[in-house]
Amino acid sequence: MAHADATPVLELTGIGKEFGAIRALHDVDMQVLPGEVVGLMGDNGAGKSTLVKIIAGNFRPSHGEIRFAGSAVHFNRPVDARGVGIEVVYQDLALADNLTAAANVFLGRELKRKFGPIALLDHKAMAARALELFGELRSETRPDDLVKQMSGGQRQAVAIARTRLSNARLVMMDEPTAAISVRQVEQVLGLIHRLKEQGVAVMLISHRMPDVFAVCDRVIVMRRGEKRADKPIHQTSPEEVTALITGAKEAA
Amino acid sequence: MAMPLESPITFSNVGKIRWWQRGIFASQTGYVLLALAVLLVIMHFASPYFFTEGNMQNVAKNFSFIAIATLGVTFVIITGGIDLSVGSMMCFSAMITSMVMTELSAPGSPLVHMAADGKTVLANVPGLILLVSILAGLGVALLGGLVNGFCIAVLGLSPFVTTLGMLSIVRGLGYVVSNGRGSFPGGPDADYFYALTSGDVLGVPVPFIYLVVLALAMAVVLHHSAFGRHVFALGGNEKAAELTGIPVVRVKIEVYVICALAAGLQGIIISGWLGSAPANMATSYELNVIAAAVIGGANLAGGIGGPLGAIVGCVLLEVIRNGLVLAQVSSYWQQTLVGVIIILAVLVDRIRSRMI
Repeated sequence: MAHADATPVLELTGIGKEFGAIRALHDVDMQVLPGEVVGLMGDNGAGKSTLVKIIAGNFRPSHGEIRFAGSAVHFNRPVDARGVGIEVVYQDLALADNLTAAANVFLGRELKRKFGPIALLDHKAMAARALELFGELRSETRPDDLVKQMSGGQRQAVAIARTRLSNARLVMMDEPTAAISVRQVEQVLGLIHRLKEQGVAVMLISHRMPDVFAVCDRVIVMRRGEKRADKPIHQTSPEEVTALITGAKEAA
Repeated sequence: MAMPLESPITFSNVGKIRWWQRGIFASQTGYVLLALAVLLVIMHFASPYFFTEGNMQNVAKNFSFIAIATLGVTFVIITGGIDLSVGSMMCFSAMITSMVMTELSAPGSPLVHMAADGKTVLANVPGLILLVSILAGLGVALLGGLVNGFCIAVLGLSPFVTTLGMLSIVRGLGYVVSNGRGSFPGGPDADYFYALTSGDVLGVPVPFIYLVVLALAMAVVLHHSAFGRHVFALGGNEKAAELTGIPVVRVKIEVYVICALAAGLQGIIISGWLGSAPANMATSYELNVIAAAVIGGANLAGGIGGPLGAIVGCVLLEVIRNGLVLAQVSSYWQQTLVGVIIILAVLVDRIRSRMI
């Protein structure tokens, strides 16, 4: 890792979450460094999505502390997390089908031009910036096309381009490769490499072992609400990770 | 973050969407507009009276009487909601406006102070009574819209149920305040009132002028403001709207308020044309208004719609009504035909979107 001695972008200590009598997460510690791609794996109900939702500001943790770029943070809403530089690409991508690619990229933070007291949308600037982002991500996507008419890979690109608008320092991707074709998976993994090249930390939540081993520097395995393993990818194997996920191996 | 382009995008696999496959050409509004044009040509040959100035004025006036409310309900429909209370809201606003006007003008009314000359204080400023009474009418509409919006956006009730309830509540309140008798615009400002609601400028009916101005304003708001974009996003994917930080609750309340205000204004204009605000005014108009919006291409599932569609829908309904009268067809056929057209318009759009 080029940034091995940098301050972690994200640092969790002793994170726990209870929903009533159910303990969804217990005492999770983890760190993510700038420019690092971390795979978060685990079976359904292992606590992955609860953890992601805590980092993204959907839930508040019952215990523990989140530090972002060295300072403690408390999120009440997803917008707060986005404010400090955490972007999430949701599994269903959170796109509005009836709007154009550019409109989706800028949704909620539209560029405007002032005409006296009235602020109107700056369509040109938004389309130009969106085209630039799609170029960076090497996706053939036209800013003025409706998302409704796009392929799965293009939709991913739109969702990821959204995270590039602000100075995001951590991008979490929830199952980005779950429902798309083989060729599009290649594109998405390529997009993750682009983010990494630009020093953005990526957390990849995925069920697909080949994808995790293809792009991640490190893999974290969750089971029954606890972190069971946290290893550099070259020190582990798909077999070991599978054993950790299923519980055949308790911890590593 | 302004990265230089590593390579300009070359679109080798992604073709360009052709002009006839996008925008208005690929929308229900476009098809209905075409159908309307055909209908106008047919009407021209079917009846020599259709394209006379008098009849055109008549048509323009008549469709303007529901079109402003249709613009309002289109906002709500784009967000994926529905407002069934527009008919009642029209009546209640109109009623409050004329009651306040009459009350403020009446010497001896307990609500007003008398000036030295025996008129009420307000009556000494021309137009002030009119202004106050219209603001009162729009004010009650605003309240109704706020209650709708609050119940739907904050309490999470379904728009259908909430506004169905509001339909009944507002209609009932209308009967309560008027004792079922209805009311008439009266007093010194009544002439201004009639001029502003049912007069015309150079032969163009004023309601039509209001409609054009409001429709242009709506087009700008929908397509060139962040609020408009959020309205569309809300109808396209409400969860996405929330996750991207759009103030969903506020936008929802705002569209119901806009809708109620449009209905209120529409009611006030209608009462000027009728010369009174009877307690059963605009009963079941909500169905005409929603039908016009849907025929014009607003999608009840949300995400699609616009001012042009709203107007085209209203014009189509009015041309059919007018045409049937001119063709001396029994006016009872009108409702049947309107129903057929609602289904046809949506059907054509469904077939078209499957073909692409």
